[in-house]
Amino acid sequence: MMRIAAAVLAAASLALAAAAGAQQARPARVAAPVIKIEKGEACVAPADEMRRNHMKMLLHQRDRTMRQGLREPRHSLKGCVECHASRDTGSVLGKEGFCSSCHEYAAVKIDCFQCHTPLRQAPAAARRP
Amino acid sequence: MSPERRQFLAWGAAAAAGSALAPGLRLVELAQARSPEEAASKLQRWGLLIDVTKCGGCDDCVTACHAENGVSGHGRPETDAQWIRKLSIRDKRTGYAQTLPLMCQHCEHPPCVDVCPTGASFKRDDGIVLVDKHTCIGCRYCVLACPYGARSFIHEAVSGQKADVPRGKGTVESCTLCVHRVDRGETPACVEACNRDGGKAMAFGDLNDASSAIHRRLKGEASSQIRADLALNTGVRYQGL
Amino acid sequence: MASIQYREIEGRSGAYLALLGALGALVLAGLGAAWLMEHEGHHITGMTNRIVWGTPHVFAVFLIVAASGALNVASIASVFGRELYKPLARLSGLLAVALLAGGLAVLVLDLGRPDRLIVAMTHYNFKSVFAWNIFLYTGFFAVVALYLWTMLERRMNGYTRRAGVLAFLWRLVLTTGTGSIFGFLVAREPFAGALMAPLFIVMSFSLGLAVFVLVLMAACRWTGRRLGEAVLGRLRSLLGVFVATVLYFVAVQHLSNLYIARQHELERFFLLEGGVYTALFWLGQVLVGGVLPLALLFGAASRGALAAAAACVIAGGFAQLYVLIIGGQAYPQQMFPEKEIVSSFFDGVVASYAPSLPEIALGVGGVALALALTTVALKLLPFLPRSLADGDLAHGGPTSA
Repeated sequence: MMRIAAAVLAAASLALAAAAGAQQARPARVAAPVIKIEKGEACVAPADEMRRNHMKMLLHQRDRTMRQGLREPRHSLKGCVECHASRDTGSVLGKEGFCSSCHEYAAVKIDCFQCHTPLRQAPAAARRP
Repeated sequence: MSPERRQFLAWGAAAAAGSALAPGLRLVELAQARSPEEAASKLQRWGLLIDVTKCGGCDDCVTACHAENGVSGHGRPETDAQWIRKLSIRDKRTGYAQTLPLMCQHCEHPPCVDVCPTGASFKRDDGIVLVDKHTCIGCRYCVLACPYGARSFIHEAVSGQKADVPRGKGTVESCTLCVHRVDRGETPACVEACNRDGGKAMAFGDLNDASSAIHRRLKGEASSQIRADLALNTGVRYQGL
Repeated sequence: MASIQYREIEGRSGAYLALLGALGALVLAGLGAAWLMEHEGHHITGMTNRIVWGTPHVFAVFLIVAASGALNVASIASVFGRELYKPLARLSGLLAVALLAGGLAVLVLDLGRPDRLIVAMTHYNFKSVFAWNIFLYTGFFAVVALYLWTMLERRMNGYTRRAGVLAFLWRLVLTTGTGSIFGFLVAREPFAGALMAPLFIVMSFSLGLAVFVLVLMAACRWTGRRLGEAVLGRLRSLLGVFVATVLYFVAVQHLSNLYIARQHELERFFLLEGGVYTALFWLGQVLVGGVLPLALLFGAASRGALAAAAACVIAGGFAQLYVLIIGGQAYPQQMFPEKEIVSSFFDGVVASYAPSLPEIALGVGGVALALALTTVALKLLPFLPRSLADGDLAHGGPTSA
């Protein structure tokens, strides 16, 4: 009895895997991230490192700014938004937004923009550190 | 000891004394803006001095603050945030009336900091009391604790925030002494507006700096704290109350 | 211990399922209200910048205070060795845990950022009595679970006394902390001071026992268990003593305030000119919550009178907490004594507040959660004795449980 059940289970798994493999030819359900970097020569750190560690850097830096008042321009969230905001919408969220694009794909909810503005600032305001 | 060795020791002592100062902080430039790479320092204590006799019927300070910090109403006065407001007080017996602006008093012993369960409400080294919105869970205990009613809870989603002033639904906020301006070497928006268009009743400065105007005025003239009986040592002082 | 037999309730009747269904519906309504509040923001509630803790907090504090008091019966058995209460100890522990769960659920769901519960549990400011309470509440679950285990597991029965003492001390600290949450608010005259902590302790005795009595009577009646006068008589006198103690504390508080000129305006507000708060104080807290139960408990000896008295105590408890928490916030902070204040932020005036539907739904949902947990637990594990009739109970001198 147990052996039959095991065999059925194995067959079913193989069938599912095959079906999944066949499905790769169809378009994905979730849009792949669109990463358009429209400004700046290079980011604060190499792309690999940013991809892997940007969350840790943000978590670390926010405490430095908040609690100690350290406001290095390179590490400010304002600076990130300044560079990465879309040329069309002026935002890092929304359609083809730099942040939301990857985060929606990865299904990781971001909390930052409940409070921080996702919009690039007007030139005069942006020049302030 | 040889003269060379004595010289070397003298240089060494001077270098040690220099490095004993807070890293990156140059005493000579205390009165000027810190550079962005410097931390807030305990050597400074930011404060306000408000001369109530010069405070008239305008509310330029309120308008300026809310414009600077992106605090906009939703037509719901009971739940809309207010970082600063004008109070009209009238003596019940004599009828003597005054107006004054009231905002977070940036106490040295803030009750709001004591009661915050997560430590989100905190006092920076230079005396500015802030809410770390990253850690605020929105329990509103600090709103209860503040003797001045300075704190507001954000009752709805916020959009269109100013880049320097993050604000969001479900957290608590209050006057930040325009910390983003102070860190750049500017004065709070309310002080700037009062001195530009209003009654010139407000002064801002470093209470610890003996050469600052505010320090000299506090030393030479009478001033008081609201709820001085609570022994909170507020950073905001009033004259003429 | 061998002479008392405990049994799970059957829990298969239509009435049982209907009860569970009704409670479940109320819990769902509460969850829905919480979702709405979190999604839209608190502007849909009646709470404002002047009244930041509203109806949900009245319910939550009631549940938390009653939870600590519900454990009393078990403590009397284990810590003070009263044999007569031993059969009730398991239900007492269960109710304590269930009520606390309901209260905490309401508290957490009302937060502005309930998604940050993990933050609340990993970032502590140890100067805050609120932070201490978070430890005390979660610890209470563990301590009472341990206590229940020593009672339910025959081999652990020898440890029941020690576990009982720990739970008893823990709950005293917990309730002191809950009262101090209000007492430590230096600038709020209705609360500030050392009286809040002991007041909450005696309130917990009274409210916790009232809830326990009602749940016990309902559980026994609906499962056909016999409940004797020996047990009920003791509970009746105990409840009477606790109600009288609460009245005493309230009387001392107000009489003292009346002696202090600075507090006269406060007393005038609560006792005379506070509108709904004055009405709730005299009619709700004093009359329904104090005088009426005393008359019922020491006058009539019927079960109906006991149940009515317990219900009155509960209603009076809600009124007391409403007056304390909401009335205490409605009363303006005195920044400038002897001066009238007018501002755009409602300084200097009595703040207005009306409970809104989401708040009530959330609060009631918490109560329903507590009762639902109790209802399910009674079916899963043997918390109730098979019989509490006079003849079936062990009599004799006090021994440790």
